[in-house]
Amino acid sequence: MRRIVAILTAAFLAGSMPGPAGTMAAADAAGSGGGAEPPSANAGTGAVARPARVVSTNLCTDLLALLLAEPGQLVSVSHVVHDPVASPLHQMAGAIPENHGAAEEIHLLAPDLVLAGEWDDPVPLAMLESLGIRVERFPIERDFDDARANIRRVAALLGVPERGEAAVAELDAGLADEKAPPWHERPVAVVLGAGSWTSGAGTLTDAVLAAAGFRNLAAERGISGMGRLSLEELLLAQPDLIIVGDTYGTPALAEERLRHPAARGLGRTRRVAMPDNLWTCGTPLLAEAVAMLRAEARALATERANLAGRGGR
Amino acid sequence: MTPQRLVLPLLGAVTLALFVASLLLGPAGAPAGRSLAALLTGDNPALALVMREIRLPRALLGLGIGAALGLAGAALQGYLRNPLAEPGLLGVSAAAALGAVLAFYTGLAALLPLALPLMALGGAFAATLLVVGLAGVAGGALTLILAGVAVSSLAGALTSLVLNLSPNPFAASEIMFWLLGSLADRSWMHVTLAGPFILAGMGLLLLLARDLEALTLGEDAARSLGIPLGRTRALALGGTAAAVGAGVAVAGAIGFVGLVVPHLLRPVVGHSPSRLLPAAALGGASFLLAADVAARLIAPERDLKLGVLTALVGAPFFLRLVWTTRRRLA
Repeated sequence: MRRIVAILTAAFLAGSMPGPAGTMAAADAAGSGGGAEPPSANAGTGAVARPARVVSTNLCTDLLALLLAEPGQLVSVSHVVHDPVASPLHQMAGAIPENHGAAEEIHLLAPDLVLAGEWDDPVPLAMLESLGIRVERFPIERDFDDARANIRRVAALLGVPERGEAAVAELDAGLADEKAPPWHERPVAVVLGAGSWTSGAGTLTDAVLAAAGFRNLAAERGISGMGRLSLEELLLAQPDLIIVGDTYGTPALAEERLRHPAARGLGRTRRVAMPDNLWTCGTPLLAEAVAMLRAEARALATERANLAGRGGR
Repeated sequence: MTPQRLVLPLLGAVTLALFVASLLLGPAGAPAGRSLAALLTGDNPALALVMREIRLPRALLGLGIGAALGLAGAALQGYLRNPLAEPGLLGVSAAAALGAVLAFYTGLAALLPLALPLMALGGAFAATLLVVGLAGVAGGALTLILAGVAVSSLAGALTSLVLNLSPNPFAASEIMFWLLGSLADRSWMHVTLAGPFILAGMGLLLLLARDLEALTLGEDAARSLGIPLGRTRALALGGTAAAVGAGVAVAGAIGFVGLVVPHLLRPVVGHSPSRLLPAAALGGASFLLAADVAARLIAPERDLKLGVLTALVGAPFFLRLVWTTRRRLA
């Protein structure tokens, strides 16, 4: 969901703001002659040439580049990564200048590598390629294997493959650290974003829920990819856990939904707010998300055990 | 004579049927019998909650807002003696949406819930005054529509601007809601906020019956019949602003209802403004309830906006109106 939002926001902002972010960097880049330099040789596999100026235009590649790049190697990130709600690493992104995915501002940064998402606006990216800048597009991750593949690919492109392996090992260690699930029947969870959006089968969210020992209500209702789950359906399904993401402090109709008076009918449902930006992208942070959800599963089990105990007396 | 007397009961029956259909349709997909039983008796608590807290307010808002739009269309067409007068075309709905958007996205409505309908009402009233002031009572159709287009586009643009500049990235995608309208996920809170204003506004508009009848003879004749035209004007503008403004505040700007319904019903009720008013209210309610039912039948997951469906019916109708007007003028 956040990804859709991120893409939408990026599109809106890129459309509405003339991109000034790169103009300062343009001064020192001007000397090197823009895209005149040949792109660094040795593409996907080897670890020889290390691109010196990397620009990322997508939240997911931003996060991976932030985690993997050498200091100074990443010269610009998408503006979404500075958004404290959408981005789990906004503090780490700190002072790295932002871009809005516009060809003009990115070209002025004179990058030798642009990391982009497969669903980013193709027009500026094609324009950058025609100007001789190397653009690498990354598919959306649908499971942990996709996440591992993207981590390794970004690391290889940045010329730091060993860091990629370390990051994958960190993710795997977090996933493997599984104690016996707290109960035999897996609880039903659903992740609810603004505007009734939820993640069904074939999404990272689904993979994270499964790794934490939950069944995903959205997937069981036949939703594949992103879909919407109405309040009516939630009331009748009565899931064990509803995970709502962080919200922006400012009003929007999309964020009003669980304030609907009928939501009080979800009294038995445990409702938690979690930084759902942890599982927007295929990063080692997924392990953190799984750990948080496992803690929720244990809390839920205790809650239910207490209820059952009280009921028995 | 007899068929004309049958119009209101018939429209009432259709409205009631659509109201029940609106109650029975929804993503939960429970069988009709069980749903109604849950609504009335409250056994099955989860389903009762769905019926009472989600479906019932939605159906009531469809009924009330549809009736307000149909009635306002009929009243404006009668008062301005202009077949094109309608809250949507005159910019009243768009300006009301701007008022509501300002109240909601600045956080004012969260502090003071009444700010939402009141600011929408203010927007609607300002637009009505402006357009009618510019075009004048019995001013030409052209000036009225030009003024309406200007106010409509300006209010729509400002609404989009406010939403685009909102610090919440979701706000921008809600432009659709405010410009096209929807009844999804509305609750009793919205019924209690908008309901009193809608009822009051409709009450004012229904008082117009005798005035509109006299106005068909022209302003001078009406005045000589003892119709206080200042009061007529206040009733028409105030009633429209209250009924339409409150509706828009909770469901967005829904177009075409006020245009299509009076034109469809005018021949049926025998071209009498006083008989048209209640018929247009019932017709508007039926039209909007049908559009809302259709939105849920066609693509339940997609939250189709009501303005899309009313325009699908309304736009061809509008074109036909343009065609016949052109022929009459030629």
